[in-house]
Amino acid sequence: MDEQRTHVISALVLHKPGVLQRVAGLFTRRGFNIENITVGTSEQENMARMTIISKGDEKVLEQIIKQLNKLIDVVKVRDLDPENTVKRELCLIKIHATSEKKRSEVIQYANIFRGRIIDVSPETLTVEITGSPGKIEALIDLLRVFGIKQIARTGPTAISRGTLD
Amino acid sequence: MKGSEAIIKSLKDQGVDIVFGYPGGVLLPLYDVLYDSDLKHILVRHEQCAAHAADGYARASGKVGVCIGTSGPGATNLVTGIATAHMDSSPILAIAGQVGTALIGRDAFQEVDTLGLTMPITKHNFQAMQADEIPGMIKSAFYIASTGRQGPVAIDLPKDVQEQEFEYKADFQIDLPGYKPTRKGHPGQIKKASNLILKSKKPVILAGGGVILSESSDELLELSKLIKAPVTTTLMGKGSFPEDDPLSLGMLGMHGRKVANLVVDECDCLIVIGCRFSDRTTGKVDEFAPNAKIIHIDVDPAEIGKNVDIDIPIVGDAKIVLTSLIKTIGKLKEGNPGSTKEWADYISDFKINCIPRLSFDDVPLKPQQVIKEIRDSIDYDAIVTTDVGQNQMWMAHYFTSKIPRTFLSSGGLGTMGFGFPAAMGAKVALPENDVVAVCGDGGFLMVCQDLATIREYDIPVVVCVLNNRYLGMVAQWQKLFYDERMSHTHLGEVPDFVKLAEAFGVQGERVEKPGEMKETLQSALKSGEPTLIDVIIDPDEILPMVPPGCGITEIVGEYKVEREVPGEIPYRAPHKEKEGE
Repeated sequence: MDEQRTHVISALVLHKPGVLQRVAGLFTRRGFNIENITVGTSEQENMARMTIISKGDEKVLEQIIKQLNKLIDVVKVRDLDPENTVKRELCLIKIHATSEKKRSEVIQYANIFRGRIIDVSPETLTVEITGSPGKIEALIDLLRVFGIKQIARTGPTAISRGTLD
Repeated sequence: MKGSEAIIKSLKDQGVDIVFGYPGGVLLPLYDVLYDSDLKHILVRHEQCAAHAADGYARASGKVGVCIGTSGPGATNLVTGIATAHMDSSPILAIAGQVGTALIGRDAFQEVDTLGLTMPITKHNFQAMQADEIPGMIKSAFYIASTGRQGPVAIDLPKDVQEQEFEYKADFQIDLPGYKPTRKGHPGQIKKASNLILKSKKPVILAGGGVILSESSDELLELSKLIKAPVTTTLMGKGSFPEDDPLSLGMLGMHGRKVANLVVDECDCLIVIGCRFSDRTTGKVDEFAPNAKIIHIDVDPAEIGKNVDIDIPIVGDAKIVLTSLIKTIGKLKEGNPGSTKEWADYISDFKINCIPRLSFDDVPLKPQQVIKEIRDSIDYDAIVTTDVGQNQMWMAHYFTSKIPRTFLSSGGLGTMGFGFPAAMGAKVALPENDVVAVCGDGGFLMVCQDLATIREYDIPVVVCVLNNRYLGMVAQWQKLFYDERMSHTHLGEVPDFVKLAEAFGVQGERVEKPGEMKETLQSALKSGEPTLIDVIIDPDEILPMVPPGCGITEIVGEYKVEREVPGEIPYRAPHKEKEGE
C-alpha cells in the first residue's frame, strides 16, 4: 500500500453554473476523499480557481487529476508541490468576552498572531486571522478558554512559489 | 430565428437526418417546428427506447445518434439509455425538454433536475438558458460526443428558450478551452512498446471497444500478423478481429473462451488496445495476466492504471498509435525476426481442444444450436444486437463475428431491454443490412411496447426471443452459488410472445426443434417484415463461467467441446508451477 498523503490540487475551471457540482460530484462518485475545497475568481476572465485538499496515495492522486482533466469545464489541473507552495486560510472567530480583562487578553493574542479585531459588541469580540491552517489552529486553541461562540473558516487556498506554474 | 428552429437547423447542419423521440408539454415548440421539417422523426413508445435506438444507430453507423424526450419523466426515462451509452462510450446526443426558465426550481409540473441527473452519466451536459446559445451548444455537443473517447452528451432545453427569438449568426465559434483530446501517441512510448513486443516470446493482444470506435480493425489485424500474436477481445471488442482467424481466441473474461483465459494467463506480453479492464474482463485483478508486461493503448488517459497496473502506457487514438507501432516494429524487426512462431503453433494446438460444441439435437433447444442456426442464416455484415444476461453471453461466446459494428451489446451497464430498441436504431441507420436482435424473454418484455414502432415505421428487424421462462443469468448464479434457491427468477408462463407480436401487427413465429430456427429466420428476413421469433430453449443450460472474485483461469460449469475425445490441453500455468517450487 502506498503512502497516504495530503495533496493540494489547484484547478483552473470555467466560471459557469454547475462547475462546482461537476467537481464535487466526481469526488463523491469515484470515492475520492475531499477535505476541503475553495473556489474564487482567477486572473483570467470567465475562469475560477479551485483549491482542493485531498488525502490519498499516489495512485489515487493520479486518478483524481486524470478524472478532473476529463471534465470539459476544467481547463488545467496541478498537484502543487508541498515544498514550493504557499497555503493560506482566512478564519473569523467570535469570542464571548464581557470583562475588560478578558477582552484585552483576546486582543493581545490576536496581535501576536497578526490577527485583527473586526467587530466588537458588549458581549463579543470577533477576530480575523489569516495564515497557514496550523497557525489558525494554534490561535483557536488559545482562544478556546474564553468561550468561542462561532468559527467561520474559508479553508486553505494555495499558490505555487516564484515562477512555478 | 426561434430557439426551436435553431435546434432543428443545428442538428441538420451536423448531418442529422433522423431522430428518435417522444413529445411532451414542454417540447411543443420543438415538435411544432418538426411538423414542417424534413428532419425525420421516429416516434418510439417509451423514451428509454429512443435513447437505446439512438445508441444502436451510433454503434452501427459510427455517427452520433440523437434522441429526444420531454421534461420530468421523459428525461428520467432517457436516463437508462444515456447511462448505457456512457458506459460503452457510444456517441449520442440526448435532448430533454425542461420547464420554462421562470419555473425552474419551483417543483413545477413535470420538472426534474435533468442537468444534475445526467451529469455523472454523460461526457458533458448543457442547459440552454438563452436561445442564442443553442447553435454553439449543439455544435459543441457533437464535437464532444464524437471525438476523443466518445460518449453521450445531454442538452436540457427549457420551453421558453425554444420559443425565444434571436438573430442567428452563421459564423459562430465554439470555445472549449478545457477539451483537447490526445490523438497521437508519444513516440518514445511507442518505441519502448515495440522493443518489448519484439523481445517477448508469448505476446497476446487484447482488443476492446476502442478498436471499433477508432475504426482500427485493419491495423489490429496487421499488428497481429506482424508479430504473430493471438487476439482476444472484450465483449465490446467483439467484431474488431475476425473470429474465424487462426489467431483469434474469442472473448476473454468471466464468460470468456477457455483458450482466451488460459492464454492470457500464460502470456509474457499483453498488448491492450482501447479497453478499460472491466471486472468482467479481468476477473480477480491481482491474478490477471500474472506473467505479462502490459502495454495499454487508450485514448482516455484516466483509463491507464485505473484498474490494472500498466508497464507501458500509450495515450492516443488507437488507429494512429497502431499505425506508428506497426511502422516502428517493422523497422526494428529487420535483422530481428522475433521468435513467436512457436507460440503461434502452440496456440493453434491449444485452440483445437477448446472449440465449443455447437450442434445439439436436443428438444427443448440448446442455445448453442440456436446460435449456430442464426449464424448460418445471416451474412457476416448482418448486425446482431443482444440483450443482457445468458442470451448475451451465449452470443458473445458461441457466435462468430468478423466485422466491426456488427455485434452490438450493452457491455458496461448491462441494460436489459437494450437489444431490441438498439436493433431498431441499427436498422434505421443501415437499412440495407439484415438486423437481428437476440434477446431473453425477461429483457425483451421490458421494451416490448416498441413493437408498435417497428410496425408503424416498417422497420424490418427480427427479434429472436430466447425463451426459457427464466431470468436466466440470475437463475444460473442461484444454481451455482446460492444452493439452487431460485428466488424470483422464474417468470411464469405468460406472455405468449407470438400472440404479443401479432397484437402489434408484427409477424410472430415459434421455434422449438433443431433446424426450425434457420428456416424461420431466413424466411423472416426474406419477407422484409418486422418479425418476432419465440424460441423455446432449455432452461437448464448453463454457461461455463469464472465465479465472481476469482482469477480467470478458475472456470466452472461443464465445458462442452467440439471434439468427442478431447486431447490434453497443453496448458502450462507457469505461475502456478513457480508457486510449487
